[in-house]
Amino acid sequence: MSYIPHTDADREAMLKVIGVESMDELFDRVAAEVRFPALDLPPGLSEMEVIAEMNGLAQANASANEYAIFLGAGAYRHFVPSIINHILLRGEFYTAYTPYQPELSQGTLQAIFEYQSMMCMLTGMEAANASHYDGATALAEAVTMAKAHFRDKRTKVIFSPGVHPQYRAVARTYHQGSGMNFVGDEGSASVADLAEQLDAQTALFVVQYPNFFGQIDDLTGLAERVHAAGALLCVVADPIALGLFKTPGALGADIVVGEGQPLGIPLSYGGPYLGFFATREQYVRKIAGRIVGETVDTHGRRAFVMTLRPREQDIRREKATSNICTNQGLMALAACVYLSVMGKRGLRQVAELCYHKAHYAAEQINRLDGYSVDMSKPFFKEFVVTCPRPVAEVNEILLEDYGIIGGYDLAQDYPDRPNQMLVAVTEMNPREEIDTLVEALAGAATHDHSHHHHHEPDAGLG
Amino acid sequence: MTIDLILQKKNGEAPPPLEPLIYDLGAPGRIGVNLPDPDVPEAELPADLLRATLDLPEVSEMDVVRHFVRLSHLNYSIDTGFYPLGSCTMKYNPKLNEDMARLPGFAEIHPLQDPASVQGALAMMYTLQSWLAEISGMQAVSLQPAAGAQGEFAGILMIRAYHLANGEAHRTKIIVPDSAHGTNPATTAMAGLEVVEIPSDANGDVDLDKLREVCGEDVAGMMITVPNTLGVFEAHIKEIVDIIHGCGGLMYMDGANMNAMMGVAKPADLGFDVMHYNLHKTFSTPHGGGGPGSGPVAVNEKLADFLPGPIVTIIDEGSDEEPPLYGLTMPDKSIGRLKAFYGNFGMLVRAFAYIAVYGGAGLHAVTKHAVLNANYIRARLKGVYPMPFDRICGHEFVCEGHWPDAEGIHALDISKRLMDYDFHPPTNYFPLIVPEALLIEPTETESKEACDAFVEAMLAIAQEARENPDLLHDAPHKTPVGRVDDVRAAKQLVLCCRPVLDPEA
Repeated sequence: MSYIPHTDADREAMLKVIGVESMDELFDRVAAEVRFPALDLPPGLSEMEVIAEMNGLAQANASANEYAIFLGAGAYRHFVPSIINHILLRGEFYTAYTPYQPELSQGTLQAIFEYQSMMCMLTGMEAANASHYDGATALAEAVTMAKAHFRDKRTKVIFSPGVHPQYRAVARTYHQGSGMNFVGDEGSASVADLAEQLDAQTALFVVQYPNFFGQIDDLTGLAERVHAAGALLCVVADPIALGLFKTPGALGADIVVGEGQPLGIPLSYGGPYLGFFATREQYVRKIAGRIVGETVDTHGRRAFVMTLRPREQDIRREKATSNICTNQGLMALAACVYLSVMGKRGLRQVAELCYHKAHYAAEQINRLDGYSVDMSKPFFKEFVVTCPRPVAEVNEILLEDYGIIGGYDLAQDYPDRPNQMLVAVTEMNPREEIDTLVEALAGAATHDHSHHHHHEPDAGLG
Repeated sequence: MTIDLILQKKNGEAPPPLEPLIYDLGAPGRIGVNLPDPDVPEAELPADLLRATLDLPEVSEMDVVRHFVRLSHLNYSIDTGFYPLGSCTMKYNPKLNEDMARLPGFAEIHPLQDPASVQGALAMMYTLQSWLAEISGMQAVSLQPAAGAQGEFAGILMIRAYHLANGEAHRTKIIVPDSAHGTNPATTAMAGLEVVEIPSDANGDVDLDKLREVCGEDVAGMMITVPNTLGVFEAHIKEIVDIIHGCGGLMYMDGANMNAMMGVAKPADLGFDVMHYNLHKTFSTPHGGGGPGSGPVAVNEKLADFLPGPIVTIIDEGSDEEPPLYGLTMPDKSIGRLKAFYGNFGMLVRAFAYIAVYGGAGLHAVTKHAVLNANYIRARLKGVYPMPFDRICGHEFVCEGHWPDAEGIHALDISKRLMDYDFHPPTNYFPLIVPEALLIEPTETESKEACDAFVEAMLAIAQEARENPDLLHDAPHKTPVGRVDDVRAAKQLVLCCRPVLDPEA
């Protein structure tokens, strides 16, 4: 076996020391009637065979490596500098355990401390934690924090319908038994209208920045209204947008969460990603998850350690701020390396490239017969296109005839938005790709749509 | 201690940091990445919406490489040494798995693509679901939970939803043994249910009389770990399951210890209704310095409709010429979505590669060798380290890190001293029911020589504890930093390397 080093002689010697005749004897405490069931799995394969099998599976997918992609909606294809993968593949990082033993983990601990620092700078907050599973669960934990902050006396959460639909769904899943209730996202109310629903029951008001449709809502004065009602303001932010736009901190947010995937993490069919969570220092003892702090060792040398540990499940058990244990540590390292190498100027440059290309694409598409783009508000890297036919049909034509993975079909989550496509443009889309998209959309408007063949996989393990 | 450290101590200065912060490297104006100029006409930026400053490092690519490589040298890792961390299953992380997860056909696909365009990914997930169902004997699997704790949360939410669907809203109690992982009670509380803790008996097994006492029609279910957190196959699993089922509750198995279970017993055959896996323990996906993990849940027919989703199903069976068509489906009574998209997909790819390498007989061999290693180390330490439960163990065992004739020595001292011998310490102070616990789990990937070297270090430390206890109290001596002041870290909070500048200033 590839990864089991024992020889026959080893086994024999070890069994002798233990004082048993066979390895099977080690399982005598397991009831005989259930012991040693056969596992009906395919026979083990050599490394070569596994590679061949998995290459087949991988090649049966239309990847952004071969296709132009204009799909975003919470997961984005941004540039990932080569350096990131090289750092992540250092065994000292990726095969390390959670840094509970600081003497053996200063590398991980300092990297997380630097990550926390960068997330504070990016969001305009004073404290960030070491990560959540993704942006959606970071939001769910923000709701938990608000619930704890108000000691269950305020139970209402107001969601803007411009918050990612899956994030709102996850927050509801998390809180199906917690007594929190969620309002505001039934229709298409504006942020200003939603603020009318603030009351003494409201714990948290949640907006997204830019919102799910790519637009920057006018948040001027919102924090004041939320705080006047005694509630907290949570902003779900795109970290690339924060390279360009005002920080949620400057807008008065109390909690900033979001998806860190754009910061050097591949699309990878939805995970592993990086939930970031930042807040003001006064709330730090209510945060879920791990936090790294600076201290000194016995020699007075600067050192880092996981701190405020009595919030966590292994110590506080049912009174913990969350059950979270394993987080997305390595993804936080990816973001830390990304933000280091991009730096002050690079992140701004990436954000500006997205902005310019998205605006170019929006203007070109808006000129097409049958299409219109909503440019009523400022937008960043995504925008909504109203198409002359259902988005699913447009996308099928784009993929089959032009090799383009089209935008997100908003009708899936917003029944009042039939034929609306959410298009994402990043620094990874060269002008020629955008021009091809425009041409393809024009073609799709008049294309005689007969049912296309499904993309067929070449291989599959039984 | 190095000469300069001695001199600095004499002069009362703090020794220099091991590695500067990234913010303290570089110089204003330095850039680390080359980006293209815009190839489209530039749009006007909305001046009133822009931030004025952005305080990020200004470093070259090589500054960044050297910084993080130097930091990596300060870490202990599986690739550099033996990690006998009980309940964590720190086995070797095969390099093959890393390459597979990085294939462009897996790493460069978008979660919201038309399922028809990602049939290879869905076929892989479907197969993994069926493999995990087979290993557990369960009927259905959701790969969505991102970590073990989220798998537990899914399981408890499903148990809650099941009782609600049966009109039994009064079932609000989850029974948890006192030996449980902290995630079990924390999960229960998050689901809005009440924790009832029951004690273990003198053998470390669940106290059956106490269990019967707390069982009633308010019980929603029970969570236990198999083998338990003492590393022992509970003697009375069947009785426990019967008691809980008898009062209408469901049985949850914490799958943290599945490395002792593969091909040994299927949780469904033991009577469990729901369990989670930790792919980052049993199936070798790396711990990543704290994550990402992956915590799929497996359930029997009672809970299949309640799984978190979407899950992968076959939409069209196909034929001899046509492969099946896979799709994403939300189970009928699903508790909902636990995270955006479908799970930590990259971890699923790695676990798939791992299971493909081993097959069924191979996974059983994994378990047998994990248990062999644990028992070998246990047998060799016996008589030197007190063991509260002297018997054959599963893939891990617990001993006590203190002696009546070595007063003042604690499990923590032994742990720290092990670092000087270049070993990561075992899990200490868990399970909570054993005083000064050292929970030791070697995993199957360590050779006999590695196990022997660890035993020799443990034996040497036991001797030092009597002869030179200060060596232990002051340990570690050979690590990049000495013991760190965690009280100061919590009292004088420094969570960010410099004050956040008001971006509007």
